[in-house]
Amino acid sequence: MSTHYLAANRFGLGRRWDDPAIGDPQDWLTRQLGAFDPAPAAIAALPGRAAIAAAYLDYREDRQTMRREAADMPISEEEKGMEPELRRLSRSEIRRHYVDAAGARLANAVATPTPFPERLTHFWANHFAVSADKITMIGFAGNYEFEAIRPNIMGKFADLLIAAVRHPAMLLYLDQALSFGPDSPVAQRVRRRRKQAKLGLNENLAREILELHTLGVRTGYTQADVTAFAKALTGLTVAGLGKGAGQRLMPANARPGDTVFIAQLHEPGAQTILGKRYDQPGARQGEAVLRDLAVHPATATHIATKLARHFTGDIPPPALVERLTVDFRQTGGDLPSLYSTLIASPEPWAGGATMFKSPWDWTVSTMRALKLPAIGEKQNVPAIFTQLGQPLWRPGSPAGYDDLVATWAGSAALMQRVEIASRIAGRIGDRVDARKLAPLIVADAMPPDIEQAITRADSPGQALAMLFASPVFLRR
Amino acid sequence: MILSRRSIILSGIAVAASTAMPRFAYAAAGTARRLVFVIQRGAADGLAVVAPTGDPAFAAARRALADETSGGAKLDGLFTLHPALVTGASLFAAKQAHFAHAVATAYRDRSHFDGQNVLEGGGSRPYERDDGWVGRLLILLPAAEREAIAIAPAVPLALRGTVPVGTYAPSRLPQADADLIARLTAMYEGDALLRPLWESAVKTQELTSDIGGNNGRNGAELGKLAASLMLPADGARVMMVETGGWDTHSAQRGRLAVQLRGLDQLVGALRTGLGPVWADTLVIVATEFGRTIEVNGTGGTDHGTASTAMFFGGGLADGGRVSADWPGLAVPARYQGRDLKPTRSLERVVAGAIAQHYDLDPARVARTLYPDA
Repeated sequence: MSTHYLAANRFGLGRRWDDPAIGDPQDWLTRQLGAFDPAPAAIAALPGRAAIAAAYLDYREDRQTMRREAADMPISEEEKGMEPELRRLSRSEIRRHYVDAAGARLANAVATPTPFPERLTHFWANHFAVSADKITMIGFAGNYEFEAIRPNIMGKFADLLIAAVRHPAMLLYLDQALSFGPDSPVAQRVRRRRKQAKLGLNENLAREILELHTLGVRTGYTQADVTAFAKALTGLTVAGLGKGAGQRLMPANARPGDTVFIAQLHEPGAQTILGKRYDQPGARQGEAVLRDLAVHPATATHIATKLARHFTGDIPPPALVERLTVDFRQTGGDLPSLYSTLIASPEPWAGGATMFKSPWDWTVSTMRALKLPAIGEKQNVPAIFTQLGQPLWRPGSPAGYDDLVATWAGSAALMQRVEIASRIAGRIGDRVDARKLAPLIVADAMPPDIEQAITRADSPGQALAMLFASPVFLRR
Repeated sequence: MILSRRSIILSGIAVAASTAMPRFAYAAAGTARRLVFVIQRGAADGLAVVAPTGDPAFAAARRALADETSGGAKLDGLFTLHPALVTGASLFAAKQAHFAHAVATAYRDRSHFDGQNVLEGGGSRPYERDDGWVGRLLILLPAAEREAIAIAPAVPLALRGTVPVGTYAPSRLPQADADLIARLTAMYEGDALLRPLWESAVKTQELTSDIGGNNGRNGAELGKLAASLMLPADGARVMMVETGGWDTHSAQRGRLAVQLRGLDQLVGALRTGLGPVWADTLVIVATEFGRTIEVNGTGGTDHGTASTAMFFGGGLADGGRVSADWPGLAVPARYQGRDLKPTRSLERVVAGAIAQHYDLDPARVARTLYPDA
């Protein structure tokens, strides 16, 4: 049996060398659900939404100033080769918010005493993925995980969904912040003034909520459902970041970066979605749709399948998917209940390591094994994960990263891990004895031939590199 | 013996002052000396580096590897130098190379980790010390000569001690060396997912990080780098260079030749790069232990006991000579029936060379470098 290995690696983020013994693995995981800290120090210390919004506004002001001065402003030698957009971004505070948040995420993952809920946080952040590709929301990407996802992973799925959808990062990323009800008071006013005004509905968020966050693709919803849902969501936007008409409508007390509902942008009237009529006024209309979607049977199956895959492998066992689906339906999407069902189910504990760790998982588990405070002297966390092929909070699509072996198991990726393992091992040298470390980290899943290969390495550094490059450590 | 010049000084003019006067007064007065310690991690086969071809039991014991050194320089009636050591041979002819054979540290088991720990730490047992013999040497040197650096990502045990030591790791060198790649190839052999991925990764990977890579030019690069760090007046005086890939359990003939070619170019580049300073430079090349006398079933040799240490330098006291209290290769003469028997302590040989190089009192050097001996 390899239950200790699976508890530490499949459910957790890898063992630290001095972690106390796991004891009963299921009990060890269950206790973590109660001990999870939604706002640990490294994360709580980060600046909030107002500071991030201010950084964006500074950046935009700089850009406008530059545009005005472009004609007579000399460009330095270093800046000549840069894209104009990049040149401005490199000067801004936006990137610093992103880099600091990435550093806090890694530091917390390495230090956490509750690795199972941490893994679940990463899972949900990827399920409700934003991709830090838009200048308006790059600074918000970390804040999104820390303020929308983290505090809600121990509640109902509906609350997690609503928190994710309402966060400025999501509203900006999937264009909700720009969506106007086509017959909203504002749109009508604009139309009266300018015939070809391009204000209108943006379906992006509504479509992705149905396809990715809740029901799942091809589960029976129609284009009419998407459009109606998009209309129901109108009015929901972010204060202080836009320009023009919308800004004048912001509530007086709204600070830049706040999520706000502006009734004058909301599409009036009832909407029918998946055969049900929603006639609630204002913001309550969209929320009612979200609450229904969150407990829809198709959502139960969709979430059960993704969770089961994350804790078993590419093809999740149908019995586990079924058990989680039933649990989801019976509890109305109670997340801790799903986690407990996962822990108690036989499937995640069967067989050995089948999944290939993502670059994030592999790096975090390596750092945890050695209790490394940082990966190098001048640690640039975003650069490390970009190099490894998993840029943080930047999967490039709202679908997030795939959760399949083939997503991460590539030949160049493998060589990169070997080289990083080698570099880390070179710095550690003989300060760590891989022969002693390996049984602590790999626990009850250590294949004898791997243990022997590590023992036979020609130096302590080489042995350490071999441990981190070993098949059992590359997987979970 | 290496101690000869030191012995002459001791027996002559220096004796009267030796006890009262701090020895490094001499060292400080002269030009600043350089010391380079090249560690061969993985147990280099001393019987192939300096082959005892004149031993009657040699050919029968080495079988397939018996002609590994054919074409190499004849060092004396007993020993032949590996043919890859071209610079080594010319330095030997110029009395700037010395080989000490059948030497071993106090360590007698066959674990690389433990063996390297003793070789670097200078203790009598593994993990006895958390500082190293080079690190302890630094406190014997005048302040101006303590500048030490390791070409490594972290300070190796040998250099650790009370004197701060720098490190320099050229980041352009790829990190996964040929030996690690070979070991991982074996590790992934039975893995249906990883084997094909790895094969394709290795195909596209240029094996350029180990000293033997790139037809030895990597060794030359490393030597050039080391020389450039030591040559300036305010540069490093003491240096440690790490080499790996000596663990030749299989296909030793080709692999060792590549390794030695790299090492040879490293030493050659050091001599060329240091120019006139070469006259004041001592290079020590040592490994944690040797390899079996008999060849194994895969054309290689397994972990053994005694091996060879190499000394290079423009001012070598005992250059052009192989020193050995030769035990012989016949089965009854072997250590535990399989290994070259250690007849001299590597620690004492190193301490002697250091004392001679820095004009320091040999007893004091031995006490400081190897306090547990």
